[in-house]
Amino acid sequence: MSNVNEVTKKPRMDKEKRRSLMRVIKMLWQAYPVLVPLTAACILFSSLVSAAPALFNQQIIAVIEKWYVSGDWASAKAEILPLIGVLIVLYILSLASMFTYNQLMAYITQGFLSKMREAMFNKMQDLPIKYFDTNRHGDIMSHYTNDIDTLRQLVSQALPALLQSVMVVSVILCIMIYFSGWLTLLVLLGVLAMMLVTKKIGGGSKKYFKRQQKAMGKTEGYIQEMMSGMKVVKVFCHEEESQADFDEINNALFEDSYRANAFANSLGPIIFNIGILLYVLVAIVGGALMIWNVPNFSLSGMPLTISIVIPFLNMTKQFTGNFNTVSQQMNSIVMAMAGADRVFALMDEEPEVDDGYVTLVNAEISEGGTITETNKRTGKWAWKHPHQDGTTTYTELKGDVVLDMVDFSYDGEKQVLTDISLYARPGQKVAFVGATGAGKTTITNLINRFYDIADGKVRYDGININKIKKADLRRSLGLVLQDTNLFTGTVLENIRYGRLDASDDDCITAAKLAGADDFITRLPQGYNTVLANNGSNLSQGQRQLIAIARAAVADPPVMILDEATSSIDTRTEAIVSRGMDKLMEGRTVFVIAHRLSTVMNSDVIIVLDHGKIIERGNHEQLISQKGTYYQLYTGAFELE
Amino acid sequence: MLKRLLRCIGEYKKPAILTPLFMIGEVAIDCLIPFMIANLINQIKAGCEISQIIRIGVILLIMALFSLLFGGLAGFTASKAAAGFAKNLRHKLYERIQAFSFENIDKFSTASLVTRMTTDVANVQMSFMMVIRSAIRSPLMFIFSIIMSFYMGGPLAASFVIVVPILIFGLLMVAKKAMPSFRAVFKKYDKLNESIEENVMAMRVVKGFVREDYEKEKFGKASDNIRRDFTRAERIVALNNPIMQFCTYFNMIFVMLVGSQIIVTTSGADIDVGQLSAMLTYGMQILMSLMMLSMIYVMLTMSHESMRRIDEVLCEESALKNPENPVYDVKDGSVDFKDVSFKYSAEAEKYALYDIDLHINSGETVGIIGGTGSSKSTLVQLISRLYDTTVGEVSVGGINVKDYDLNTLRNAVAVVLQKNVLFSGTIKENLRWGNNEASDDELVNACKLAQAHDFISAFPDGYDTMIEQGGTNVSGGQKQRLCIARALLKKPKILILDDSTSAVDTKTDALIRQGFEKYIPSTTKIIIAQRISSVEHADKIIVMDNGKIINVGTHDELIKSSDIYREVYEQQTRGGADNE
Repeated sequence: MSNVNEVTKKPRMDKEKRRSLMRVIKMLWQAYPVLVPLTAACILFSSLVSAAPALFNQQIIAVIEKWYVSGDWASAKAEILPLIGVLIVLYILSLASMFTYNQLMAYITQGFLSKMREAMFNKMQDLPIKYFDTNRHGDIMSHYTNDIDTLRQLVSQALPALLQSVMVVSVILCIMIYFSGWLTLLVLLGVLAMMLVTKKIGGGSKKYFKRQQKAMGKTEGYIQEMMSGMKVVKVFCHEEESQADFDEINNALFEDSYRANAFANSLGPIIFNIGILLYVLVAIVGGALMIWNVPNFSLSGMPLTISIVIPFLNMTKQFTGNFNTVSQQMNSIVMAMAGADRVFALMDEEPEVDDGYVTLVNAEISEGGTITETNKRTGKWAWKHPHQDGTTTYTELKGDVVLDMVDFSYDGEKQVLTDISLYARPGQKVAFVGATGAGKTTITNLINRFYDIADGKVRYDGININKIKKADLRRSLGLVLQDTNLFTGTVLENIRYGRLDASDDDCITAAKLAGADDFITRLPQGYNTVLANNGSNLSQGQRQLIAIARAAVADPPVMILDEATSSIDTRTEAIVSRGMDKLMEGRTVFVIAHRLSTVMNSDVIIVLDHGKIIERGNHEQLISQKGTYYQLYTGAFELE
Repeated sequence: MLKRLLRCIGEYKKPAILTPLFMIGEVAIDCLIPFMIANLINQIKAGCEISQIIRIGVILLIMALFSLLFGGLAGFTASKAAAGFAKNLRHKLYERIQAFSFENIDKFSTASLVTRMTTDVANVQMSFMMVIRSAIRSPLMFIFSIIMSFYMGGPLAASFVIVVPILIFGLLMVAKKAMPSFRAVFKKYDKLNESIEENVMAMRVVKGFVREDYEKEKFGKASDNIRRDFTRAERIVALNNPIMQFCTYFNMIFVMLVGSQIIVTTSGADIDVGQLSAMLTYGMQILMSLMMLSMIYVMLTMSHESMRRIDEVLCEESALKNPENPVYDVKDGSVDFKDVSFKYSAEAEKYALYDIDLHINSGETVGIIGGTGSSKSTLVQLISRLYDTTVGEVSVGGINVKDYDLNTLRNAVAVVLQKNVLFSGTIKENLRWGNNEASDDELVNACKLAQAHDFISAFPDGYDTMIEQGGTNVSGGQKQRLCIARALLKKPKILILDDSTSAVDTKTDALIRQGFEKYIPSTTKIIIAQRISSVEHADKIIVMDNGKIINVGTHDELIKSSDIYREVYEQQTRGGADNE
């Protein structure tokens, strides 16, 4: 019984999957409105032709029968040649259409995949940071690798093969009924038996494949863990124990893997031989019907003769073969749909909403303080604020940030920030100190609207940031993060990422400001050194310096430095901090740091604990309070 | 390379050899079946007795049963052989990697080792299964079918003389042209995926700098580039189908035309309708087997890269060898460096350590201070012979580390690595890595010494608390203390802490150090730290910079004599007159 359960559990073509399939086909059609129908037509035509020989066979054999006794080849030839002639023409046409659709398929498949990839990627760029924080990167990546691959299977193999086989099966079914009803019935019964066996074995195979998958996952997990801990294994001379554990898991994988494949492997011969069985049965029954002169029951009304039985035998083979293809392709379509569903899930994700209407513009500010909008880069910026009554006001961008009674929760349940109020005047340096999870990064996430606040207000130069267009808001905020992410490309390109229209000189100036110029010029190709794998050829400190240069070239009035120097040792930090100090001059800066030496010179230090502000003030004030900050400073406890 | 890999078949040689044997049986029957069917058709045509038809039918059924039997058995043995082969490959790889030295481990990244043991082995398993099932079957099928068709069809077989070379030529050309393009485009494809990963990881940077559109454009270009290359490669492969179909059609027409002429002119003396249809079947079998061979060829070239990558690991010689007559006893915890220089690989230009001369007495506490990249870790890793020196020698207990049995040495020298790793399992299991036979009391003692006992006892499950993979469910400081306890359980002669208390608060850090002084006074303790307070009280402090020892001395001496030490000290205590 357990087997039966297993079979009923197999992936079904439910409504949702069907909808996804229709969506794939629709997208395909929309992408290539001419080529897709043309390809389909070519596939249908060539499968029609491949089913046709049965008819010609029958006629040719009938001709042979007719002239068989007399041996009159000349007369036979006169009848056979036109038939063959027609067949040759059909074959040539079929080959032409086959060539066409195979070429078109290659073109369409890759084009479609490229479109899907781009659609996913573009969609991904518009998703909120929340998506990337809540989905594992490996899972996101698998949309681009595994899921796209199943789509490739679907478009390039399953769909055309299905179309072709369905066509062949239905044409042959018609011809069979045309020839003989009895024999058709027999073939259909045989196919039914075949389906049952396939289902039974397929179910068993699926069960073991699932187990193999699981065992594989376990093995992979173990290998992953042990490989990353390899040095510890060596230090503790734990090689033998580790090998023994591995062998146990490895053996389990072997058992499942070999059973799963054994089932799958035996399916081929079984189906093939049932085909032969059916073939023999058709021959025997056909022979018997002929010998006993049983009246034929068919659309053509032809009597059952050898000229029918022989093509019928060939058709039996073709029919069962294609029938199997149909059921196989159905399976692979169901599987592909799982991948397609995941792709669509990404495409259907809610994009980041942006209903801000206040924009950032270049401005010229007269001595009287009048602001006029300009297209030139003036180094001065202003918020352009259109009002409901049709008027537009301009506010100079200064970098004045106020948080007013802000509450926030990532999941709507656990409160991460409670009642946070703080202000940063233009040019001030505000530092956040607190343990992991205290909410330091969350505050900066709210200022640049990676997340939206639940309650309270954030004002930027007096404007509620919800009214500011996100792109413009973020352009006014520079960002240096703890994990430096650099892109594949030259050092110069990486710095220019901060401002795309920056000249080479601008970038070099920024690098000098950040104190990065020194080491960059010592790289083999200087500024043109290509960085790969997130700049793995550089040290952590050097990468950090490039990230700082990148923020410097953007030249924003407000900077957010989130643990920008945490993984640098104290000596290197001294060098980096010189660059940072220069960068921070004249800007409003939010600093998050582990190490107190980085924040001591801040105008305001805010100590956070569990989402609440527990202490605030400058270094001297906090030290004299002898509170948490003091304890941290004296090393009485360490942040984690 | 192939030989080396194939040796891994090991105990699965039997099924591996049986598979092609069963396949021979299956193929032989499969080639006889059309022959019997031709017979059957001729009988039917001749209008013979039904009993005659049934007799041939029964023979055919028996043949089908045997074919099924052989086919099924071959499927069974093939999967067993291939899965076994894969198992042994994984075992061998794992064994090899266990024997790796740190140098070897550095050479292969973790991710690459995991891929080699999973994806690559799976690829080899699939192609091995395909090869033992089809590499014999297809050529045999080809030969048997050719023989049978010449035997039965006589002149009709001439068709194959024309078709087969065309197909072979066509398939070969396609494979030859397509393979390099595919290999090239796959590489590009990997690059594309890498760039997606880069984008996903850097999403905060992308959004922070409002570079969404820029990224879209960049990706669009790269994706279109790949599309073009892929299309080019696939269009070559797309020629396979029409070529194959052309041959089938040609064969069909030839057989029908020539066949009917022969049948009519000879009144079915040599060839009859039965043979005609058998010839069509043989034709299919011949063409299919060629198609199969070309698929095997493609599959093998595809998995060739996997085989190479597996072989690379299997061939990797461990950089460290156990000596011939090893010393099994470490006398004491003294350490000597004599003119030691070291670089990570022979090709590296820069030495990681230069001219190190150092003597550490047994039982001393030694602190090491220095910036990132000053090679502090490298220095201590030479002591337990995790790497071999490039120049000079390192001795422990007065004997060159190269003369010790590796296990003896490493059990005597416990290193708590900077990159701490706990394994999934209970705390107890993790601790026992240090000493399998440790009693519960010993565990508790070690944990008390490492200041870990209190927080462990506070867990609901105490010492039986499950540690998740990577130790994600304990804090950084707790993890470090567990790792120290694990090392203490070895009862080492030398204990090395490589920045192992960085996440532990200064108070606890001090308690750990005091415990060391009190309970394991005879153990040599080498402590690498960022914090001056961690090394301040050491008997000897070593200041390193750029792979060199700059100064050695006590805290008070160094404050006077070492610029670097003083600089670091002042920075850490800046404005901290009220510090301690």
